[in-house]
Amino acid sequence: MKRRNGGRLRPPFRPRAWAARHLQVLISSLGRLWRRPLGNFMSILVIAIALALPTGLHLLVHNLERLAGGWQGAASATLFLRREISDDQVKRLLKQLREDPAVGLVRHLTPAQALDDFRRHSGMADAITLLETNPLPHVVMIRPADPHIAPARFKNLVERLRKRPEVERAIADLQWVERFQGMVDLVRRSALLLSALLSLAVLLVIGNTIRLEIQSRRDEIEIVKLVGGSQAFIRRPFLYEGFWYGLLGAILALVLLAVSLVALRVPVARLAHLYASDFTLKGPGFTVVLLLLAAGSALGVLGAWVAVRQQLRRIEPH
Amino acid sequence: MIRFDNVSKSYPGSQGGLHEVSLHIEPGEMIFLTGHSGAGKSTLLKLVGLLERPNRGQIRVNGHNLGRISRRRLPLFRRQVGMIFQDHRLLADRTVFDNVALPLVVAGVGRGETRRRVQAALDKVGLLHKAKALPETLSGGEQQRVGIARAVVSRPPVVLADEPTGNLDPELSVEIMELFRRFNQVGVTLLIATHDLALVERFGMRTLILKEGRLAGERR
Repeated sequence: MKRRNGGRLRPPFRPRAWAARHLQVLISSLGRLWRRPLGNFMSILVIAIALALPTGLHLLVHNLERLAGGWQGAASATLFLRREISDDQVKRLLKQLREDPAVGLVRHLTPAQALDDFRRHSGMADAITLLETNPLPHVVMIRPADPHIAPARFKNLVERLRKRPEVERAIADLQWVERFQGMVDLVRRSALLLSALLSLAVLLVIGNTIRLEIQSRRDEIEIVKLVGGSQAFIRRPFLYEGFWYGLLGAILALVLLAVSLVALRVPVARLAHLYASDFTLKGPGFTVVLLLLAAGSALGVLGAWVAVRQQLRRIEPH
Repeated sequence: MIRFDNVSKSYPGSQGGLHEVSLHIEPGEMIFLTGHSGAGKSTLLKLVGLLERPNRGQIRVNGHNLGRISRRRLPLFRRQVGMIFQDHRLLADRTVFDNVALPLVVAGVGRGETRRRVQAALDKVGLLHKAKALPETLSGGEQQRVGIARAVVSRPPVVLADEPTGNLDPELSVEIMELFRRFNQVGVTLLIATHDLALVERFGMRTLILKEGRLAGERR
């Protein structure tokens, strides 16, 4: 019988055998999950919910930003001109505004038109006919050339126009866009915070599940250590199990999100219709899907790693 | 092959352990270790298999100074030592074949080679026909033979057996010992702890006698 010589305690590294072992454990650890389908499904569902919540919030933010983008297209400013300027000066200003590359639409309202408008909409027609002279100035409404202009840049544009000598006052209709933006920022920040907290929850759920799994296989681990199983060999199935929990949790999270999107589609379309908009909810893009799957798997492996680190050292054959 | 230099091991709050034991076992020897229960037989075997580390003294096994073997290298050392227990320590949910294959699987031996060697080991202990059975369907003697097959399947130079015949009737015990003798004849160093003095005398091998944790004598 051939005997291995003592002395060297270094394992030989064979890449193909290594890959084969990993593949084998990858599949066998998935098989192990199937053996306790109900309990494991519950764990995976908890993980899925914890992953779906922040991802859902992210989608909400994303959709709100698209909505805000559409509204920013409606951003406009109103310029009230000085009353003492002549019609020629008004014409020159209008010409210059139309040639300004930053300015898109220009709409001019003469004092007579403005008064007419006012008479019709204010309900004070009788009072206005008593006026001897028209107190209203020329009014110019402008829109930015770029419909998706950032609020700050639009403000700069309005500020520039306000400094012109012909302009008495300029009002940017931006406040509500900014408020909306502020709310979106708040939701975005909350989504981030929630992501961090729920990632921790996923880590703990997977860590705890793996910890119980290690406890239930205590005898087996002892025997494997007894016959010379390395730390890596013993660790491997648990890490892969964590990987599967994370990945399956992420996949289930995507299913939950898809179901929610379908459930929300009709009410959103109805609401959009009321606002005469063709806005529709957008689902997660390819990048988000990939990111969620990667994050789920990574959290799974990490959670398992923490549990394995704590537990395996304590189990020694005796 | 195995050398103890003034080795002591004590357990806190317990009488057992070893005190100042020195011994030397040559490669290819088959040694019996006897003594009353609590005399330190199991402790000695655990020290050789690195299930425990001594409080004092130095142990060398198969050329390794055990004090220098780190946690990381421990598994590789264990692959050079086959261990057999009175309670078999088999995996209840795996077949006989899978149990015996375990040392080869953890060592990363290929599939074909594993099958060949497991079959050879099972053949040697006369259990090839039970390869697909689960351990609990086997008798005590058969389970012990599965444990032996597992201990020798990776052809370790050293095999330790802690009361391997403890639960077996005399006839089966002799059978098991004959098995050990055959392994010894192909060069395996065997260290067998037993309190069955009749068996020890029948086989007439070198015998170390432990008493209250000390080496009390030796017989050939």
